Amino acid sequence: MSTFWQRFLGNPRVLLGLAWLALVLVIAVFAPLLAPNDPFEIVTDPFLRPFGEYLFGTDSLGRSMWAGLAHGARTTLIIASVATLASVAFGTVLGALAGFFGGLIDDVLMRLTEFFQTIPSFIFAIVLVAILAPSATSLIVAIAVVSWPPIARVVRGEVLSVKSREFVQAAVLAGQADLAILFKQVLPNTLSPLIVTGSLLVATAILIESALSFLGLGAPNLMSWGFMVGAGRSFLRDAWWLVTIPGIAILLTVLSINLVGEGLNDALNPRLADL
Amino acid sequence: MTGTRLLRYLVRRLLQAIPVILGVTVLCFLMLQLAPGDMAEVLAGESGGASPGYIEELRARYGLDQPVLVQLGVYIKNVLALDLGFSFRHNANVTELLLERMLPTLLLMGSTLLLSVGLGALSGLFAAIWVHTWKDHLISLTAIVAYATPLFWVGLMLILVFSVWLDWFPTSGMENVVMFYEGWDRVVDIAHHLVLPAITLALFYMALYARLMRATMLEQRGLDYVTTARAKGLTERQINFRHVLRNALLPVVTVAGVQVGALLGGSVVVESVFAWPGLGQLAFEALFSRDYNLLLGIFFLSACLVVVVNLITDLIYVLLDPRIAMGS
Amino acid sequence: MSEPVLRIEALQVALPAWSDRPLAVDGVSLSIERNEILCVVGESGSGKSVMAKSILGLLPAPHVRVTGGRIVFDGRNLLEAGEDELRAVRGGRISMIFQEPMVALNPLMKVGRQIDEVFSVHTDFNAQRRRERVVELFRDVQLPDPESIVGSYPHELSGGQRQRVMIAMSLALEPSLIIADEPTTALDVTTQAQILSLLKELQRKHGTAILFITHDFGVVAEIADRVVVMRHGKLIEAGATQAVLREPREDYTKALVSAVPSLRPRHLAGPRAPAPVLEIKALDKTYGGRASLFGGRGREVHAVKQVSLEVPRGHSLALVGESGSGKSTLARCIVGLESGYSGEILLDGENIAGLTRKQLKPYRHLVQMVFQDPFASLNPRNRVGDIIALGPILRGTRKADAWERARELLGLVGLQPDAVSRYPHEFSGGQRQRIGIARALAVEPRLILADEPVSALDVSVQKQVLDLLDELRQRLNLSMLFITHDLRVAAHVCETIVVMCRGEIVERGSTAEIFANPQHEYTRQLLESVPGKQWDH
Repeated sequence: MSTFWQRFLGNPRVLLGLAWLALVLVIAVFAPLLAPNDPFEIVTDPFLRPFGEYLFGTDSLGRSMWAGLAHGARTTLIIASVATLASVAFGTVLGALAGFFGGLIDDVLMRLTEFFQTIPSFIFAIVLVAILAPSATSLIVAIAVVSWPPIARVVRGEVLSVKSREFVQAAVLAGQADLAILFKQVLPNTLSPLIVTGSLLVATAILIESALSFLGLGAPNLMSWGFMVGAGRSFLRDAWWLVTIPGIAILLTVLSINLVGEGLNDALNPRLADL
Repeated sequence: MTGTRLLRYLVRRLLQAIPVILGVTVLCFLMLQLAPGDMAEVLAGESGGASPGYIEELRARYGLDQPVLVQLGVYIKNVLALDLGFSFRHNANVTELLLERMLPTLLLMGSTLLLSVGLGALSGLFAAIWVHTWKDHLISLTAIVAYATPLFWVGLMLILVFSVWLDWFPTSGMENVVMFYEGWDRVVDIAHHLVLPAITLALFYMALYARLMRATMLEQRGLDYVTTARAKGLTERQINFRHVLRNALLPVVTVAGVQVGALLGGSVVVESVFAWPGLGQLAFEALFSRDYNLLLGIFFLSACLVVVVNLITDLIYVLLDPRIAMGS
Repeated sequence: MSEPVLRIEALQVALPAWSDRPLAVDGVSLSIERNEILCVVGESGSGKSVMAKSILGLLPAPHVRVTGGRIVFDGRNLLEAGEDELRAVRGGRISMIFQEPMVALNPLMKVGRQIDEVFSVHTDFNAQRRRERVVELFRDVQLPDPESIVGSYPHELSGGQRQRVMIAMSLALEPSLIIADEPTTALDVTTQAQILSLLKELQRKHGTAILFITHDFGVVAEIADRVVVMRHGKLIEAGATQAVLREPREDYTKALVSAVPSLRPRHLAGPRAPAPVLEIKALDKTYGGRASLFGGRGREVHAVKQVSLEVPRGHSLALVGESGSGKSTLARCIVGLESGYSGEILLDGENIAGLTRKQLKPYRHLVQMVFQDPFASLNPRNRVGDIIALGPILRGTRKADAWERARELLGLVGLQPDAVSRYPHEFSGGQRQRIGIARALAVEPRLILADEPVSALDVSVQKQVLDLLDELRQRLNLSMLFITHDLRVAAHVCETIVVMCRGEIVERGSTAEIFANPQHEYTRQLLESVPGKQWDH
């Protein structure tokens, strides 16, 4: 396992990604200390340029951009992580049951998964949030509901492949019960692709959350990066930094997660890394 | 593979599509139940556009005093008869509205698909051929950054740079309504307006296909049949284009089919940024007028579109890969 | 003395930094004369395949690369030839056949077209002429119905047919040398025999030299004029086949040659115990035909057809058959991994046929299995102790006692008891197989079912594991059922042989009887196909 860490941390892209993510995490955790005022509070004149008195300037109403970025980091990270955890949990159970038991259970669960993959996911998310009324919870539910199919597919595929390995047959011969085999023998061997897919899913969740907030479907009292871009949209011509800066924050965060996720994949499957 | 087998495969896939459409309908019904107010109010559309009498009429028509399953049955019947309700905000039948606004969205979808699959696969192909050179690193780096950019932000940035600063392209809309262009002039005008929205929507997927193509080409290149081809004396160019390419295209076709649903979702964002008068823009408007009926109609239509595109993609895949047995 | 077709001088091929040794090929020199078949023999990791690939510059660069030596063909050093020169040689003057024809052929291209390519690249024949030549070649390699096979895809042909296509591809331009890298390893015994005889015939007819890579000494005895032995990248011994096989000079060669199980059957007497440990009556199993929920009917396969057999107590029986014979299905039914069959399976007198998983639990310990693939039969995330102790623990033994037993068993199979706290990846293939045997013994079974237990191992290790199984059987008075496709293995360890073909038992008898006087057509064919059977040691 030590070579895994060598490969993982020896990858410069991973280090860059981890650095940015660490920064965002620190800012998110310590937001109340770093930007003590409520991000919705009007602090001074609007449209102040960045690198002046206020580090990132102020928006159209005179709110501090820095406060928005700091508190937005919190919102985005929390919503994205919780949603991802929920979809990973649900998708894993579904995929594991389908792959392990096969037969009718597999048929039914796979048709269900295919169905959810066929529905245009973003539109479904929009409809869900609109109907459930925008809030942090409805965002989490919507993102989780559209994100679980890929996890279910990956887990099912892995379980199918591990199930056919002879050590699983040996466990059956030893008299181990089905569920014990699934949890103790099969699932621990499916972790690698699951971790990779899961981490990349966080990136997707962030993109969905910011797009929903941009469209005005974000949680009403929570500042979010997507919301900032949406609010600054009408002032593109004159105060373009209102749109650019939060957007860059989103871009860098998603990029970092992707780099780390791929670094994980390369470290876990060294042969493929040679490509 | 003969014509009749192809036909039978087509029919079988169409039959398999029916439960999906039914499922979507049931899902819409379920979501209608979740919406605030009873279903008649929802179907009449909010914003106080409907008279109480009309709402009573709707209640009777949809049998809202009947058990839920009957309501479901009536709803399904209506949907399949393409009666998706009425939108008071727009003062039109939902179905008519959808058909009106479908064309601009299809135009945007089509050009995005062409652009993303075409340019994306091409860049991936060349990145794989020039692997580990600076050209490959450049393509891969661009792809990985493009893959991380939010759609709405790219659109706004493109408008900022190419419309506001450089004034090469219009900022919004599908055509210049003031000018009343006709014929070929109109086509050119629409195309001019199409450039930025199409690039915005395509960027993410271009990156996706480029990376996928590069990965599958490199994976295929490591397989034994490539060594055989080399042992026969073929040039690298012949190996890449005659042998590897077709094998590598298969996963790209599969993924492209799956992405159509996501493309439709992306069009909501892109059309709202560029005020492109399609289904996405309609959905955006429906969001704000709390016109759930219209919103669900758009959802239903896009699901149907995805089913159709999936079918076409499957057919293409079957035609490309002789290993798939169609009759079984 | 004419000039040799190919001369390799002090070839050195380096491996990437993370490999377990620096050189794949370490100063190997050999030559191939015109019109001869030279076999290069070695176990896995000997570097024989790397050496073969380096001749045509097919090494997976940049990780594996040539760092020294010359390869002289037609007066030129191939290692210094430019890309264009090499391409002219490839396929035209020197051609290659690979091990797995299913992956060595482009799955999306018709086979006729893949051979047509050889002509279009190297000659200026027109389309008509090319097609004629392709059909001619298919006829040469004895493919049935050559005209229509030309339009087939690789997945539509059988393994043997695909290999014939590859042979046709290699013969297309009448090369001076064909390099064959384990071309028959992935084939059935009978198919292998056919391909070997085809190669010999074609070689005589066209006068091509063949460099044949293999790990199987039987194959060497069957077709080679001269043989070269490699180990860890070095050349150990070279000489005429008969000389090396009869009187090997080097120790390693001696060990390898003696490790090949002899075809002389053992004569083992033994009092027949009253009750057989395993009795199978009219077992019948059919696969497929299940309609899935959303359309499509699977293909029906009648895997086992009314099979009956008996394994006497303390006895060792070999179940011999090729792929598709139903032996694996039968094995899975016996250990209770399969359901949906009819008939009776009596273990120590108790009928376990048709019992549910729960009902089977008290009988599980009666029969245990030793699996084929040492790299897939141990859970990589469990320690060896856990793996061996699992069975006893599930039967109620306390963990501490079970681990103690695990240590004892490891000693019994020839490993250090402290292996209990290590992980499978720390052990070699042969050692893992021993762990698998220890695991099977942990619950004190009456019958051990060994499913191709040595086919995935190197020759030198095979003998050790077979001897271990034999010793354990005698010491613990176990009964064994051996599933194998290799008659040599059967002859080495088993007293009785049962031959299966397409789901049925076609012949059964003591090993000595079957070898001396095979009755059934298929048994005779099997015996005939054993490579190198005339070489008896």
